[in-house]
Amino acid sequence: MRRADLVPILTVLLVIVAVWYLGAIRMNATWERDQAARAGTEVTWSQLIPLTLTQDRPVLPAPHQVAVGLWEGVAGQAITSRRSLVWHAWVTLSATLAGFAIGTAAGILLAVGIVHSRSMDQSVMPWAVASQTVPILAIAPMVIVVMASAGVTGLLPKAIIAAWLSFFPVLVGMVKGLRTPDAMQMDLMRSWSAGRPQVLARLRLPSSLPYLFASLKVAIAAALVGTIVAELPSGATAGLGARLLSGSYYGQTVQIWSALFMAAILAGLLVALIGLIERRVLARMGLAA
Amino acid sequence: MSALPIIGVWLGGWAVNIWLSRFDTRASRTLVAVIFGATIIALWEMIVRIYAIPTVILPAPSQIAASFAANGSILWTDFVQTILKGALTGWLIGAGAAILTAIAIDRSPFLQRGLLPIGNFVAALPIVGIAPILVMWFGFDWQSKAAVVVVMVFFPILVNMVAGLRATDAMQRDLMASWAAPYGASLWKLRLPAAMPFLFNGLKITTTLALIGAIVAEFFGSPTRGMGFRISTAVGRLDLPLVWAEIVVAALAGTLFYGLVAALEKKVTFWHPSQRR
Repeated sequence: MRRADLVPILTVLLVIVAVWYLGAIRMNATWERDQAARAGTEVTWSQLIPLTLTQDRPVLPAPHQVAVGLWEGVAGQAITSRRSLVWHAWVTLSATLAGFAIGTAAGILLAVGIVHSRSMDQSVMPWAVASQTVPILAIAPMVIVVMASAGVTGLLPKAIIAAWLSFFPVLVGMVKGLRTPDAMQMDLMRSWSAGRPQVLARLRLPSSLPYLFASLKVAIAAALVGTIVAELPSGATAGLGARLLSGSYYGQTVQIWSALFMAAILAGLLVALIGLIERRVLARMGLAA
Repeated sequence: MSALPIIGVWLGGWAVNIWLSRFDTRASRTLVAVIFGATIIALWEMIVRIYAIPTVILPAPSQIAASFAANGSILWTDFVQTILKGALTGWLIGAGAAILTAIAIDRSPFLQRGLLPIGNFVAALPIVGIAPILVMWFGFDWQSKAAVVVVMVFFPILVNMVAGLRATDAMQRDLMASWAAPYGASLWKLRLPAAMPFLFNGLKITTTLALIGAIVAEFFGSPTRGMGFRISTAVGRLDLPLVWAEIVVAALAGTLFYGLVAALEKKVTFWHPSQRR
């Protein structure tokens, strides 16, 4: 992000917040009017606006209500408390990272196999593409329930969903990256009589890194989404997804929005972290732009 | 001993594929992929039978096929409810809104610089999470699912479309200017066609997103039909063959949806280098 972009971005953000406030007033006003009509009183606009922005269960909570909910969830509780958003975020994060690690490893291994074996390329690649048209997120709850019936609970089932979602971007990026070395570079390796493992370690893997990092950013965001959806089926009581679901059952809109923002912040941090590692590694290799 | 036929089938399929892959023609490539898929299904069936894996954990492909045939009408109602009404309506509305917004943004460099980073950020967020909110607002029927889909597909398409509208180079724009083309003409004749490859990239990405959004939103409340509803209730009754039949429907619908958009892309962007072979 350049400094020149700061003013436009802030302006757009400001407009979004303003629209949000107007929306909150409009959408919550119906309930206040109903209440007033039931009590046989009239509400004026000057009374209505503060009322709509401080409801307990608003249709659309105002930005400051979400901010307060977020702050109380993060700073207002002991980190070990089950009401702490940090604790829920940690439950989600641990499964996300485990799944991300599995998915990345699987994606890289498959990509290495695909690049080296033509029969594997022709057999696996079409099905890997097809596997992505299956809305895996939709069947995530089934995987969880079935694994629970087989006695596997806790972090692993969620991590498997996350891994399934993150392996594909890594696979595609890695295959592309491992194939970037051009004929001239490959010929040079051959003239040094380098074996396949050496070509892989010295030429293919280093030149695939920029592609790998671009994929990793997509993959970690996907892994987070997978974990959150995997937390939806009833029975899960911990994690941001379970927070969303229980908030939806009990009409706790502020809780839903706080969990949502926590998830968004988590996603932003994870992607930024990968970006940071990317810059470090590429700069070390002399590839940084 | 019982593992021998399984290993045999695997080695057999593998050997045939290694032999076939040497030809590297179009037909052999298709055949290799088909054999790989068939081998997996055969292995699945054999493993389930030989090791007597309970249906509750993993039903055999034959059981799934039987359930698919027996529950045709249920699957069809779910398909109409979730895919046609929820996913497709939402995808069309979301794509239309994103394209129009992109054209509006395109006229203002200020908005471009402000909205694009935010759009990129939002596109990376777990937007599925808004499902409970939208179900609360729009009710349990398909409208709330369509709303979730609209929000999920909007930002990826928007980001791609805005990038596409900027994809013309200075020479082409100068040429349009030297012909004194007004904004409308240069948009219609130059920028929109140039944006098409980017637009289709966004449209293809969002086909699966649309299905996912429609199905996941049903977990937060739905009428007594729909694929998400069926999956969660069938799992509750441990009717796993039916669940897998729904998954087959979802996979087929997803592939078909993607294939249609890809075919349309081929028609529209036949001139683009990526379409050459």
